[in-house]
Amino acid sequence: MAKVVVVTSGKGGVGKTTTTAALGAALAQTGEKVVVVDFDVGLRNLDLLMGSERRVVFDLINVIQGDAKLAQALIRDKRIETLSLLPASQTRDKEALTGEGVAQVLSELRETFDWILCDSPAGIERGATLAMHHADIAVLVTNPEVSSVRDSDRIIGILDSKTAKAERGERVEKHLLLTRYDPVRAARGDMLKVEDVLEILSIPLLGIIPESQEVLRASNVGCPVTLNAPESAPARAYADAVKRLRGETLKVTVPLPTRVGLVSRLLGRRVA
Amino acid sequence: MSILHFFRRPLALAAGRERPAAVARERLQILLAHERASAGQEGLVATLREEILAVIGKHVMLERDKVQVTVERNGEISLLEIEVEMPPQPRAEMALRA
Repeated sequence: MAKVVVVTSGKGGVGKTTTTAALGAALAQTGEKVVVVDFDVGLRNLDLLMGSERRVVFDLINVIQGDAKLAQALIRDKRIETLSLLPASQTRDKEALTGEGVAQVLSELRETFDWILCDSPAGIERGATLAMHHADIAVLVTNPEVSSVRDSDRIIGILDSKTAKAERGERVEKHLLLTRYDPVRAARGDMLKVEDVLEILSIPLLGIIPESQEVLRASNVGCPVTLNAPESAPARAYADAVKRLRGETLKVTVPLPTRVGLVSRLLGRRVA
Repeated sequence: MSILHFFRRPLALAAGRERPAAVARERLQILLAHERASAGQEGLVATLREEILAVIGKHVMLERDKVQVTVERNGEISLLEIEVEMPPQPRAEMALRA
C-alpha cells in the first residue's frame, strides 16, 4: 500500500524542501517507486533542488484543473529511474489548490507509487493544511531553535486534530527530523540539545541532520545531497532516516564529517 | 580565541547567568504548556458559551454578544470566568420571577 508522507514544519527556511529531495532520492535508491510533490503554489522550489527546473511543462494545478493529465505533469528523474517529481505552479493563484483536487491527484498517485512525499509550504495556510490532510506519516523538520520548536508543536496539534486521519479517529504517525544541528554548540550550551527538543515535542526521532556545507553545495547544483555527496555526514543521516521510515530500527547518532577532530569525535556519541 | 575565554564561562555560571540553551528550553516549556492548553480549550469555551447562553436565555432576554466566557490559566490554577450582561428589567417582573 502506498504511503503518503508530509514533510512539514510551520516555520520557513528550516529545510523542508532539502529534506523532501534528500529523502525522496534515498528512498528511490532502495528501488521503491517514489514521487515528490511540491505543494508550495506560487513559490515552488522543489524542482530547483531536484535539478528539474527546466523540464517543467505542466504542474499540480494544471492536473487539478484538468488542463493536463497526471502522466504529462510528472517529471521522471534522470539519475534514478524510480523517482518522479510533481511540480507546483509558479504562476497560478493559491486558491486554485482545492481539497477535492488534491484528494483526486493523491488517490491517482497512490495507484502508481509506493511513497508519495508532499513538500509543504511554510505557514498554516491552505497549501500547508492540504499537504498534511491526507498524510499517513508526518516528518517534522525542526531546527534546534525556539521559534522552530514552537511552530513544530503547533503543527503537531493540527496533525492530531484536523487531518483526514484525525477526523476518522486515527493518528498520523509523526517523526522528528532535527536539521542544522551542531553538536559542538549544543555541548557548549549555546544550542538546544537533541534531548531537549525530544522532551519538549515528545515524538520519536527520525534522524539528526548536522549543519553542513554539503547541503548548500547540493542545492547549488540541483542534486539531492544523498546523491551529490553520499558519503557526507548529512547524506548518511538522511539515508539512516530513510531506513527508519521503512521500518528498520537503528540507533540514532549524530553523523560526523569524514574528517573528524577529537572534540567532535568525543561529542559524536549516541544520543537516543 | 584568547585564554580568557576559558575563564569567562565558569565565571558567568558562578554569577548566576544560565547557559542560553537552558534558558531557551525553559522558555519553550512554559510557553508550550500555555499554548497546548488553550488550543484544547477553544472547543470547550465555545461549547460552554453556547450552553450557558441557552440556560440563561430561557429566563432572560439576552444579546448573544453580552455573554463572555474565558478560561485563564495561571500556573496550577485555571479560572473559568463567565460574564453576563443583563438587560435592564422592570421591577415587577423581577419580583415575580424571584
